[in-house]
Formats: sequence, structure tokens, C-alpha cells
Amino acid sequence: MVKKVFTANRSVAEAVKLAKPQVVPVYPITPQTTISEYLAQFVADGDLKAEYIRVESEHSAISAALGASGAGVRVFTATSSQGLALMHEILFAAAGMRSPIVLVDANRALSAPLSIWNDQQDTISERDSGWLQIYAENAQEALDAVLIAYRVAEDRDVLLPCMVCIDGYFLTHTVEPLDVPSQEEVDQFLPPYKPYAFLDPENPMSIGTFTDPEYYMEARYAIEEAMERSKEVIAKANEEFAEIFGRKYDFIEPYQCDDAEIIIVAMGSVCGTIKDVIDSLRDEGEKIGLLKLRVFRPFPTQEMKEVLEKASKVAVLDKNISFGMGGVLYNNIKSKTNADAYGFIAGLGGRDITPEYIKEIVAKTKNPTREIEWIGLKKEEV
Amino acid sequence: MVNIGACVKEPGSTRKNKTGSWRTFKPILDKEKCIDCENCVLFCPEGCINKDYDIDYDYCKGCGICAEECPVKAIKMERG
Amino acid sequence: MEIREEEFLAPGHRGCAGCGATVGVRLALKALGKNTVAVSATGCLEVITTPYPETAWDIPWIHVAFENAAAVASGVERALKTQGKDAQVVAFAGDGGTADIGLQALSGAMERGHNIIYICYDNEAYMNTGVQRSGATPYGASTTTSPPGKESFGEDKPKKNIPMIMAAHGVPYVATASISYPEDFMKKVQKAKEIDGPAYIHLHQPCTTGWGFDPSKTIELGRLAVETGSWILYEIEDGEFHVTYRPLQRKMVDEYLMAQKRFKHLTEEERERIQHNVDALCTELKI
Ligand SMILES: Cc1ncc(C[n+]2csc(CCOP(=O)(O)OP(=O)(O)O)c2C)c(N)n1
Ligand code: SF4
Ligand code: SF4
Ligand code: SF4
Ligand SMILES: [Mg+2]
Repeated sequence: MVKKVFTANRSVAEAVKLAKPQVVPVYPITPQTTISEYLAQFVADGDLKAEYIRVESEHSAISAALGASGAGVRVFTATSSQGLALMHEILFAAAGMRSPIVLVDANRALSAPLSIWNDQQDTISERDSGWLQIYAENAQEALDAVLIAYRVAEDRDVLLPCMVCIDGYFLTHTVEPLDVPSQEEVDQFLPPYKPYAFLDPENPMSIGTFTDPEYYMEARYAIEEAMERSKEVIAKANEEFAEIFGRKYDFIEPYQCDDAEIIIVAMGSVCGTIKDVIDSLRDEGEKIGLLKLRVFRPFPTQEMKEVLEKASKVAVLDKNISFGMGGVLYNNIKSKTNADAYGFIAGLGGRDITPEYIKEIVAKTKNPTREIEWIGLKKEEV
Repeated sequence: MVNIGACVKEPGSTRKNKTGSWRTFKPILDKEKCIDCENCVLFCPEGCINKDYDIDYDYCKGCGICAEECPVKAIKMERG
Repeated sequence: MEIREEEFLAPGHRGCAGCGATVGVRLALKALGKNTVAVSATGCLEVITTPYPETAWDIPWIHVAFENAAAVASGVERALKTQGKDAQVVAFAGDGGTADIGLQALSGAMERGHNIIYICYDNEAYMNTGVQRSGATPYGASTTTSPPGKESFGEDKPKKNIPMIMAAHGVPYVATASISYPEDFMKKVQKAKEIDGPAYIHLHQPCTTGWGFDPSKTIELGRLAVETGSWILYEIEDGEFHVTYRPLQRKMVDEYLMAQKRFKHLTEEERERIQHNVDALCTELKI
């Protein structure tokens, strides 16, 4: 293990190098771009022994990844926003074909209007694709999540692709100190990939078949079961990760929740700001807590219930919007827990979520007037 | 149980599906007349004529290509 | 020419009686042999050969979507390479999956120089979804989305020339072929296999259902296309173009057109226009 000061994009590239995928098809897009550049350099320097495919689009990136995975090797790809949306069709195919691809998405707003800045609309919109989704708060978590993602995705009880979501700019372009694990440690944690189905003339199989109504539902049900089973696999991976690397992760990370009257729920980099605000509010005697959600799919219902149902009120921060319905995380929490929850849409298209906005969320949760509020809107522009 | 990812690990397993039942006309091959040109073997969409010019009626759909492509009319299409 | 006895596409598939697509695949796989990995685009071929829990493929096979066969093949090729497996990757995509929706992925893959053979089996429309026009539908053809009517004589654009677009990519081996000329086609497939780098073969394949002719005539129709000069067999090796088959006496295009329901509506004048276009190209190529 060595201490480094890296952006999350660089830390992801380091994690990929340590995970040793054999095929890496990537297409650049802001703010993921430097991941594609670092990996190209690693391959050029011989530090990553992988076939780097300079595909002509994200659609082909994920398609080539799925082809390579089908041929039996570990693969990696990364994208963002429009790129992820372009992959949409194949994301569903990857899950359906039970291909353990690991993809890092640099979270960015979706067009229109065109924006290169952060929110989480892109990955949230892929929530029903059958991919596992992990959201990182910082560069260290991003690195660690990539390793955990491979370990979980490739487990025979799971065999589902996994998306690691890192906030554009806030993480992708911000340097932080972090530990980069050694190859020995990673090899101990992440065994070589043994595919379930693969393309080999010695043992011919057909992958990606056509089903009629006789079999389709069962194939989809199997994904749901795998998603459910992944909870145990994630828990075990987290434990072993802690043993080897000394950092313990969980599905959720409660911060000052034990006695909290109001709990804010959020995902990703904004959690750092929220923790600071909670510290200062606590100094003023306010009992506020944060529930950081790391694993969004599978949704850790039980863990969420246990923490949230103890609070008198819950404020859910969504950097996404399902138009006509409110934030997706808010709606998921409303449907899965009995928490008295309120939804807050914030930080779309890179709008900064300042400590003041977080305090406003707390105030509005105390005295709610509406079920869903947009925070940080410029009144003069609406 | 449906295989993981609906993959099929049994190559050539459509052989279980006897498409001979689709047939209305049946090709009858007269080996006496045959001049070994292999047209029928190469052009059969089912690949159900072997090198000895035996037709596998389990699969023959009765399309009539073999009869049409036989240069010496060694194959006749018959009803049934 | 030595032709393998072995079959790598099993019977029992769900293709229409007289399907030309499966003839094409059988011939290609005979030329390639067992050490081959196939990729399919969504379309007739994929649907008729892999009705879960069965598959007609005796070699490894993968399908992902309609427009990405070339990209999937790219990934497969690199993955096999990193594992030290020397199997030949061959992609089969329809004319829709090639000339239209899959053109970008194909362009990218060819430009990157993957060692893959890409075979477009061209039945000149979207057959799997019920005979809609594609960029490869010929001038004048009636399809369900280019129907003749008071204001229409059918498809009003000439066939998109994909092999030449591939040649413009600098692909080391580009060829056209027909299922009705098996030796010519299989030789081309073997050449494509020998070449280090990408190869593109555009295989003309009559479709009984979509074109409207008796299933027994599938091969005859392919032959008529070539004998009338409506489809030309050639190859482009490292930029060198040459015709691989010249009909002894070119037949009139009418003979080809009138044998198919999709051209039955054409007036004499329209058919003459088609003949004129064929003549112009054939004269240029000395056919
Ligand atoms: C993205 C997408 N658009 C449309 C379709 C519907 N579709 C499936 S196959 C097909 C046509 C295939 O035509 P072609 O490639 O010529 O193959 P053929 O069926 O003629 O063999 C279409 C339109 C699809 N599967 N995916
Ligand atoms: S009739 Fe058709 S399917 Fe039957 S053997 Fe002849 S070519 Fe094959
Ligand atoms: S086509 Fe006729 S002559 Fe040729 S091999 Fe078949 S039966 Fe014999
Ligand atoms: S529609 Fe045409 S291409 Fe499709 S299976 Fe039938 S004959 Fe073959
Ligand atoms: Mg077609």
C-alpha cells in the first residue's frame, strides 16, 4: 500500500490496473475522459497488459465489452451521461446475458440543455437495467469500489454487471490523498475470473439466444434472484476487503443517526458537505444525521428501514428527477420504508449544493409545506 | 431451470426439432441417375443430404431446391 | 476445391423452407471449419437458429443486438487473442444490420483492423420484421415500407453500395458473392480467413418469403441476379479490383425481375430504366 494524491479518475485507473482486465474498450467523454487517457497510457507503457480497443462510440464500447466478456475474459469500460444513455440498450443485454462487466460512470447531467456538469440522472436512469450500482463519496471509495465490484459481479451467485458511480468534477477532477493497495493485496482479494459461459471452439456454446414467452420470464426472474443473492456476496466481500485493506464498507453508512430526529439521505460526494453541516448543526444542539447510501442496487431495504424508521423525519436528497414523480431515491425510500420522508431535488447540472442549501433542506423538513421541493432554484429565472 | 443468461451449452440441439413435419412434397433421389455433382448437398438449406446422397427426412422441409438444382433430374418431388 | 463434409449448422432450425440465409451460413462454415467463433446480429438468421433452449450452431456463437455485430466481434476477437486462442471470428449480419443501423459499428471495426470476417447476408430488406425496406433494397422493389401506389412505384433509391464503402476504408479484402455460386463464395471466405486483418464479404441471398417466389427457386434466383448482371461477383484485394465471374451471355434483367413478386408491379418503362442502369455498370466492368 502506498499513499498518493489522486483524482477519482486516476484512482479508478489505478484500480483497473490492479484488477487486470484483459480487454478495455473505452470512448472518451467529459468528465470521464482522463480515465480513458490514463488507461491508454498504462497500456502503452506496458503497465496494464490489456487489449485497449479505441471504439468509435459508447454503444460499441459496451458491445465490445460484452463480446469480450462472452469470450471469457475480465473487461472494463467507463463512460458518462450521454455515453451511458447511448449504451442503454446494451446495458440491459449485459445484465440479461449475465456478463460481469465493471463500468465506471462519471456522473453527469443528461441533455437537453447540454451540460457537462454533475448530477446523477445518468446512472439513476439505468436503475432498472439489472446492473448493481455503487456510489462513491471520494476517490478512495471509488478505487475500492472498483475492486469490490469485480469481486461481487464475477461471483457465481451473482454474475451481474456492476456500475461504480463517481460524481463528475466533484470527484473526477478533485485531488485527494488516498491509499493505493499493492498488487499482492489485490490478488489476494480478487481471484482470476472464471467465466460461466464462454466462446471456445473446444466447447461450443450459444450465448445471447432468442426466447419465446415460454422462457423469458424465468430468465428475468433469475436476474432478480441474483440481485437478491448479491446482498450476501457484497457483505462478504466488504468483510474480506476490510481484513485485507483495513477499510470497512457497508451498503449504507449512517453518520450521527443514533439519536437523530431528522436524517438526510444522500449518495455520492455531497455526503462530505452534509457531514460538515451536521457537525455544525449539532454544535447548535440540532439532532441531525446523515444516511449515506453506497449501494443503490440492490436496494438495501432492511438496512435503510432500521435506520430511517427511528427518526421522526427523513429528508431525501436527489440529484435526479423522474418528471411528474419526484426524485427516484425519494420514491424508492417512500415505497420501501415507513419513514416520514420528504423529497428534495438539488444539484442538477452542476448547481452547487452549498451548506446553506443543506440547512434549508433541514428547515423545510422540520416544517414541511410540500412533499417535494426543488432546492437552489433561482427564483428570477423560473 | 433456465440456463444462466439463457445460454445454450448443447451445440446443434435444434436437431431435436424434426422439421420434416413441415413437408408437403418429398424429394426422392435416384442414386442410379446421380452424377455426383454435389449440388443438392451444397444447396440444401437444412444440410440434410449427406455425402452418400441419403436424404434425412426427419428434417427435410420439402423446399424442392435439391430437385430444382439437380442437373440430371435425379431428384423428383412427390406428394406425401 | 476441397469441400468439407462436416456441417456446422444443424438442421431443425426455424428458417422458412428454402431459406437462402442458412445456405449461406452452411457454405461459409464449411469453408472456415470448426475453429471458428460466430457473431450474429439480430435478424432472421439469429432468430431462426437459436430458439432457446436449442441452438443450430455447432460452433461457439454469440448475439447481442441488431446494430452491433461488428463491435461485439471486435471484443470477441481481442479477447480470444489475449487468451492465445487462434479461432477465426466471423460475423453474420443482415443487410439492415449492415447497411443501415450497424454501419457505424462496422465502419469502426473495419477501420481498427480487427482480424474478423464480416459477412453481410443480403436479402435486400428487413425480413425478420416483415419485409421492410433497407438501404440495400434495390430500385423499384416493393416492400411493406416502400409499397407501390398511386404516388409510388416502390423503392425509389438505388441500392446502397456497401462493399465499395468498405473498400474505401482500406479493408484488405472485400468481396461480393452469391449463395448460388458456392465455390466462388467459399474460395472468397477462405481467402478472407488467410488475410491478416479484416475482411468484408457481401453475400447476395434470395429470400423466398420476402421476394415472393417458390422456395425451390432460391438458388435459381441468385443465379439469375448474377447472369443478368444485376449482382456482380468481384473481389478487391489490397485495393485491386477484379471481377471473379463473367456470365457467358448476359441475360435480360426482365427474366430476373419478372420471377419475383416484389417487382411485378413495375411498368415496362421502369424495368427498362433498371436494364439501362445494369447495362451501364456492366459495360464499365466489361461484363
Ligand atoms: C435497435 C433495434 N431496432 C429495430 C429492431 C427490430 N428489428 C429486428 S431484426 C430487424 C430487421 C433485420 O433486417 P436484416 O438486418 O436485413 O436481417 P434479416 O432479418 O433480413 O435477415 C429489425 C428492424 C431491433 N431488434 N433493434
Ligand atoms: S427438399 Fe429442400 S430440405 Fe428437402 S432435401 Fe431437398 S433441398 Fe433439402
Ligand atoms: S444434384 Fe443430382 S446429380 Fe448432383 S449429387 Fe445431387 S442427386 Fe446427384
Ligand atoms: S424470411 Fe427469408 S431470410 Fe428469413 S428465414 Fe424466411 S427465407 Fe430465410
Ligand atoms: Mg435483410
